[in-house]
Amino acid sequence: MVNAAIALVLAPLAAFILIAFMTRRTEALSAMVGIVAAAASLVLSIGLLVGVLADPAGAHESIKWLSIPAIGHFRGLEISMGVLVDPLSATMCVIVSLVAFLVMIYSLGYMKGDPGFSRYYAYLSLFAFSMLGLVVADNYFQTFSFWELVGLCSYLLIGFWFEKKSAADASRKAFITNRWADFGFMVGVLLLFQLFGSFDFTELSTVIPLAKGGAMLPLIAALIFIGPLGKSAQFPFHVWLPDAMEGPTPVSALIHAATMVAAGVYLIARGFILFASVPAVMEGMAYIGGFTALFAASIALVQKDIKRILAYSTLSQLGYMFMALGVGSMSAGMFHLTTHAFFKALLFLGAGSVIHATGEQDIFKMGGLGKKMRITAWAFTIGALALSGIFPLAGFWSKDEILLASLRSGHVGLYVLGLGVAFMTAFYMFRLIFTAFGGASTEGLRAHESGPAMAIPLLVLAALSVVAGLIGSPWFERAFGFSFGSFIFFGEGEKSRLDLTTAAISSLVAVGGIGLAWIMYGKKLIKAERVAAAFGPAYRLLDHKFYIDEIYGWIFARVMLAGGRAFDWIDHKVIDGLFDGLGAATRATGRKLRLTQSGRLQGYALVIFGAVAIAALALSTDLLGGLLK
Amino acid sequence: MLGLNHYLVLAALLFCIGFIGAVAKRNAIAVLMGVELMLNGVNLNLVAFDRFGNHAEPLGQAFAVFIVAVAAAEVAVALAMILTLYRKRGNTNVDDLEGLKW
Repeated sequence: MVNAAIALVLAPLAAFILIAFMTRRTEALSAMVGIVAAAASLVLSIGLLVGVLADPAGAHESIKWLSIPAIGHFRGLEISMGVLVDPLSATMCVIVSLVAFLVMIYSLGYMKGDPGFSRYYAYLSLFAFSMLGLVVADNYFQTFSFWELVGLCSYLLIGFWFEKKSAADASRKAFITNRWADFGFMVGVLLLFQLFGSFDFTELSTVIPLAKGGAMLPLIAALIFIGPLGKSAQFPFHVWLPDAMEGPTPVSALIHAATMVAAGVYLIARGFILFASVPAVMEGMAYIGGFTALFAASIALVQKDIKRILAYSTLSQLGYMFMALGVGSMSAGMFHLTTHAFFKALLFLGAGSVIHATGEQDIFKMGGLGKKMRITAWAFTIGALALSGIFPLAGFWSKDEILLASLRSGHVGLYVLGLGVAFMTAFYMFRLIFTAFGGASTEGLRAHESGPAMAIPLLVLAALSVVAGLIGSPWFERAFGFSFGSFIFFGEGEKSRLDLTTAAISSLVAVGGIGLAWIMYGKKLIKAERVAAAFGPAYRLLDHKFYIDEIYGWIFARVMLAGGRAFDWIDHKVIDGLFDGLGAATRATGRKLRLTQSGRLQGYALVIFGAVAIAALALSTDLLGGLLK
Repeated sequence: MLGLNHYLVLAALLFCIGFIGAVAKRNAIAVLMGVELMLNGVNLNLVAFDRFGNHAEPLGQAFAVFIVAVAAAEVAVALAMILTLYRKRGNTNVDDLEGLKW
């Protein structure tokens, strides 16, 4: 099991090296290498999942990577590299390698003819390696290393078309925003080691429950929590994700919808024992998640760019996951991660298909695409239905789990908020569909169905979006004796349940959202412009994304630069002055001292002789009867 | 009867006279002569200790012979340099040789 896990991580790395150093010139071969490696990872991951299903205990193996013995006050440092296979990591491996594999096939069509084709596959392979390495890591240190690696890949792929200024800026924004968050993560991990002397997840899970009281543990949990906030783009670190849409669309599907942004959720699930032991952090997590869900969904209501709508939707869904984790249901969070990975990847790939065909991203310049792109339109609609939580598609089951979990843990406010988000989600998704796919064709818009390389992944993901939710349904549990909640859980396994009341309420809300979208954008009974005009200030606020970017821009342009100028002054006047003064003092001393060098050899000879005479006298005081004593 | 002390005092006198010549004279040839006197003072010391000490081998004399030989070579080189200096500057005043000064 461990060997399979190592192999499935290393296969994409081998592909990356092969592409980077050997097959870069031959594009078809590069794509082939990447796809074969991803397929190998996928097969091994499925094998792993089957193995873990049979034996939920999984496997854990690690080797010492760096070992510094204790010296004096220094308590020593032991860092190990290991592989942890359990239901959580095996499930995540399958999600990552499956989506990576499909995206690579899809990219055959989408990236065809791009000058950086081989480089693209090299980056994708590197990302697959980093992400899988992150998933199977057995300690915080290793997780952090791979965490940074996925961040790097994200940077490289957002800025894939780096000759475009907006893409280069977006990649830097993503990298820098994540850097802030990762700093918190790093400090948290170091403090964790300071407190417990271990990075290992398994070891920590036995030690942490015994640690009682103290301010350290909440501080550590809060610091480590900042890392996921950045990577999963939760408020206030969310600003990088919408801009990350500058990258190629399949990249958005793989990295910025299905896998990397879910790494934050995964990390919290992985170290859930740490967070669960600090109720304050859990509450904060739930409310930040809930707030982000509402906040991002409301922005998505008015966006016009197809990818940005999906990006804000991703933010909002990640907020749902944080909310689920925060109210203590790791099962619900991970379940939503799983289903979301499928239908959001599907939506992004569908959007990519549209963009590829029309070269247009503004949904109001599209229209009538449904007739020209039947497969894409159907797949996209399935994805949107799944995202809106329509029975019996994937999103229905996982979203209901979350709403139910927040209700059962007594967070009625969050439940209501979640319902509101569900309404908005259904509305903005079907606003997109009715505008872009429905209605009359826009004149001059050329569109055609994409080729099989792009259609097949869409179909596979559409199928998964339909059935993936069933693994968390009561019927699945009745038929096979287990379900998602009894497979991946924290504490006690959760039974799948279908609370008819909550299910009915959330379904009604979703249908209501779709209905409103149909009235406004399908039938155009209410003019959207008039609604926008009626809510003028609110509309402008949403259209400018709550001015968060502007606020950050102000902070960086004013506060940071003012701080920078102050430090610049200190550096130039105080510190430089100190060292310039040292130099000046040295020169002045030298100018005086050099007068002693007359250049007259006879003078030197006299000094030498005098010195030797004094030395001789000093050494011979005994002989001279204590003359100098 | 002449003893070791007589020789040592003579050697010290020679050395000091030579030293004063080497340090105080302005003429390069005179400086060179002073250095020679110092060397001979040292030579006298060596030979005297060899004569009055109880040594199986005449090491002191061997040293003295070496110093005489080296001094001869030194004089040859030094005179050549002084000659060149004289041709270049028209005198042999050591005070003019300030090339090592800052």
